[in-house]
Formats: sequence, structure tokens, C-alpha cells
Amino acid sequence: MRKERAAPVTDLPVLLPVRSPCVPVLSLRAWHGLVLAAAVLMFAPAAGAQAGSEELSIIGVIIKWMPLLLTGFGFNLLISVLAMALGTIVGLGLGLLQLSEFRWLSRCAWALTQFFRNAPWLVLLFFAMYLIPYEFRIGEVTIPFPDWVKAVIGFALPVMANVAEIVRGAVQSISSGQWEAADSLAFTRRQTLWMIILPQCVKRMLPPWMNLYSLVTMATVLASVVGINEMLTLTAQVHNAEGGRTDLLAPLYAFALLCFFIYCYPINLWTVRLERRFNVKS
Amino acid sequence: MAAWTPDQPMVRLRDVHKSFGQSEVLKGISFEVMKGEVICIIGPSGSGKSTLIRSINALVPINSGSITVEGQEVNDPAVDKLALRRKVGMVFQQYNLFPHRTALQNIMMAPIHVLKQDRSEVEARARALIRKVRLEGKEDTYPGELSGGQQQRVAIARSLAMRPDLMLFDEVTAALDPETVKEVLVTIRELAREGMTCILVTHEMGFAREIANRIYFTDQGVIVEHGSPQEILDHPREARTKAFLEQVL
Repeated sequence: MRKERAAPVTDLPVLLPVRSPCVPVLSLRAWHGLVLAAAVLMFAPAAGAQAGSEELSIIGVIIKWMPLLLTGFGFNLLISVLAMALGTIVGLGLGLLQLSEFRWLSRCAWALTQFFRNAPWLVLLFFAMYLIPYEFRIGEVTIPFPDWVKAVIGFALPVMANVAEIVRGAVQSISSGQWEAADSLAFTRRQTLWMIILPQCVKRMLPPWMNLYSLVTMATVLASVVGINEMLTLTAQVHNAEGGRTDLLAPLYAFALLCFFIYCYPINLWTVRLERRFNVKS
Repeated sequence: MAAWTPDQPMVRLRDVHKSFGQSEVLKGISFEVMKGEVICIIGPSGSGKSTLIRSINALVPINSGSITVEGQEVNDPAVDKLALRRKVGMVFQQYNLFPHRTALQNIMMAPIHVLKQDRSEVEARARALIRKVRLEGKEDTYPGELSGGQQQRVAIARSLAMRPDLMLFDEVTAALDPETVKEVLVTIRELAREGMTCILVTHEMGFAREIANRIYFTDQGVIVEHGSPQEILDHPREARTKAFLEQVL
């Protein structure tokens, strides 16, 4: 792939390769977590002291409702995983259609991708919630479409468009020499795509795909707007159940924030690590 | 059309024209190659050599003229390009090995999936080809871990695995270190000696002199002159050929 030529030894001025400026890599360390925990602990008793005697402390409230809140969080994760799976499968097809030799097919796929990629996720969610019927009837069989399934479809739409774009970009980033070599060996276009091009794309697609997943996970709280019992909806309900105490507002939502952070941050760390590894290798 | 017989030219170009947008790269190229001949195409960069050689296996469609390989018209839209390419092997300047497959797998892929040949038979042939290009022990190595010269020899073996009638070499040593050029040339020389029909685009004048039956000098999309290596390299008639040779020799 590259030329292995030794650097010429010369005392003449030489043009050195341009080196990108060194950007420090920032990441969280263990002590960051300790600082965070300390801040919460210092804040909690102070807030608790203001409350009346028969009321639970803030920590107490969170512990009491934690099973319910975590169930809600689990529901967020379920929606995100299903939306990602559905969106990836359809998006892969849409991305490949964009590369089709049939011009009208690739144009349609391109238009569809652009439409869903440039629409606000919340609008797409509303779109899915109100346009998809609550059940489908095929002959005698009735397939129910509960709200959460519609939400999955709503989130799968932007995922699909973004995956399509990731696929198209990765395929086009493979050097044309690979296509030429495959052509000259009489591979069909389909064989070339599946056996030669796509296997090389997987590595390149993985980091942006994981990035997209973490975005989807964080976006699932939008489902609270349409009344799905996910974490944010439940947090609001817990707050109501505790009498709408104002001192509970910040800690309850901070707990939701923390859950998402603990889940998404490692994904992002891993993504960055993969990106760095693939950059070095190829 | 009458079936092709080996006493007719294996490759025949007639007045081939090709433009990319406004710029015309091939302005009426004609030549013939008989079975077993080795033809070298030389000329300055940008003279259309790569386009010319790519047009022979239909990697580059031409605008007008005719190219036949074993009597089959390449430029005919109805032609079975895959059938054509099974007969014509091609080796590139940038090797273009498949980086996700080992050397052996690179060689085996096309015979198995394109020619649908038996895997064990293909594997035996691939291992023999690895030995032929002197890369024993590198069967399970990925292209990224091979030197340029080694990659290029795998690329030659990959083409040969299809058992082509004709081999096209597009500046195959241009990206190599001087010390690995030789090992690739040795491989090509062996092929030529075995009677493989070869068309080479090359900058290696010494090599062209040694193996070519005929040399074509191209400049600005036309063949300026052609003849035996002695005629072209030692006694060029055209001023453009003389000027070019003075620069490279």
C-alpha cells in the first residue's frame, strides 16, 4: 500500500510532512467520579435538613423509587436497541440502494435518506405515533401496534437515514482500485460489493454507528412527550407522587442524567478507542 | 463472425478514440498483438498509456473505434464483459490486493467464486502459483504485512490463477522500491518466456529491450512510432521519441 522509502539523508533544507497539531485527549478519570459523588453527598443532607420531619430525605426518595425508575430506564434501552436494530437493517438496504446502478432507484434512495436525515427526530416521532394505526389487520390476523412499538419505528426512521449515509460514505471511501481489481477478475458487481467492498467497510462503519447508537439512546427520552412510560415520564410521575416537592426536582432529574451518562460514556470511550486503532492500521 | 484462430491477431485495436470530458486522451490508436507476443508501450506521463491498456479489458469504455480480443468485440455493449475478463488478466501499479484476505485467499477468490471451480483443486493451484512467484511461507500473510514487491507478485499470481490467455501490466513496477523492482521483473520475464501473451506499459527501458517483441512509443494520444526494441531504443526516427529517450535513458 505505501512506499517504503528511507528518508534521504541530506543537509539541505527538507520539507517535512505536515503534522496535525497535538490535541490533548480528554477523558474522565476515577477521581472525577469521587468529586461528583462528594458534591451530591454534600448537597443532599443540606437539602434534606430543610424538609419537614415526616418527609423522606432526598436519598431516601431516590432509593425508594429506584426500582421503578430503573425499569423505565430499561424501557429506554429496549426502545433504543430495537430502533437501532430495525434502523440498521433498513438503513443498510437504503445505503446500498443509493449505490445501485439503476439511476432512478439510487435517486429515490438518496431522496428518502436526505428527507429523514434532515427532519427533527421529535417530528418523526410524532409522525410515527399519529400516522401508524394502533393495529394492522391482515385477513383474520390482527397485529396490535402498541405505542412503544410505534415509538421504536419513530426512532428507527432517523437511524435508518443515518445508517444509510454511513454505509454510502464507507463504500465510497474504499479506493477505486479495489473495484478495478475486482472488475478485472470478472467478479460481478454484487460479488464485488459483498465479498470485497463491504467486508472492508465494517471497520470504518463501526465507530460512527456506535456514535449514532449513543445518540439514539439519549434521544429516547423524547418518547416522554408522547406518553410512553420511559424514564423521564416516570421521573415526572415520581415527583408528583412525592407531592411535587421542589427540593426533589433537581436530584430526581440528576439521577436520570446519571443513568444515561453511565451508559453512554463508556460507549463513547470505546468508539474513540476504535477510531484511533483503525486510523493507525489503515 | 468467424471463430478466432491462433493465427489471427489475439488483440486488435482499430482507430481507438477516447475522451474524458473535453480532453481527448486517445486519438486513433491501432495495433495488433499475436498470440505469444510481448508488447511494451512506452511514453511520457499523460500520453494515454494507462487508458489504452485499461480499454482492452473494458475497464475504460472507448468512444469510437474497435478493440477485439480473440475475435470478440470489446466495445460492443452486448458483449459479455465477464467472459472477456476471464480471458484477460490485469496487474496494476498499486497492486490492489484485497487487504482483508490473506495472500493465498487473494489468489483463490476469483477461481472459486467467478469460475466456480473446485476449492481443493484451486488451492493446489494457488499454492503452486505462490511457489512460482517465490513467496513460499507467505500464504497466510495479509497484504498489509508484505513489501510492495511481494504484494505485486501476489497480484500477478492472483491474475494467473484465472488462467488468462492475455496479461496486461500497467506500470507494475512504478510504485516499487528500486531493490524490489527486480524480483517483479524476474516473474514477468518467466511468464513471457513461457509464451504468455503480454502487453506492458512500462518505464523500465532495459527490461522492455530485453523481453519485448515490439515497442510502441505513444505521446499525446497517438502512437508516434513502433518497431523492434533496437529500432525504437537505438535508432528512433521521430524527434519526439528521441527527446523522450534522452530524458529517461
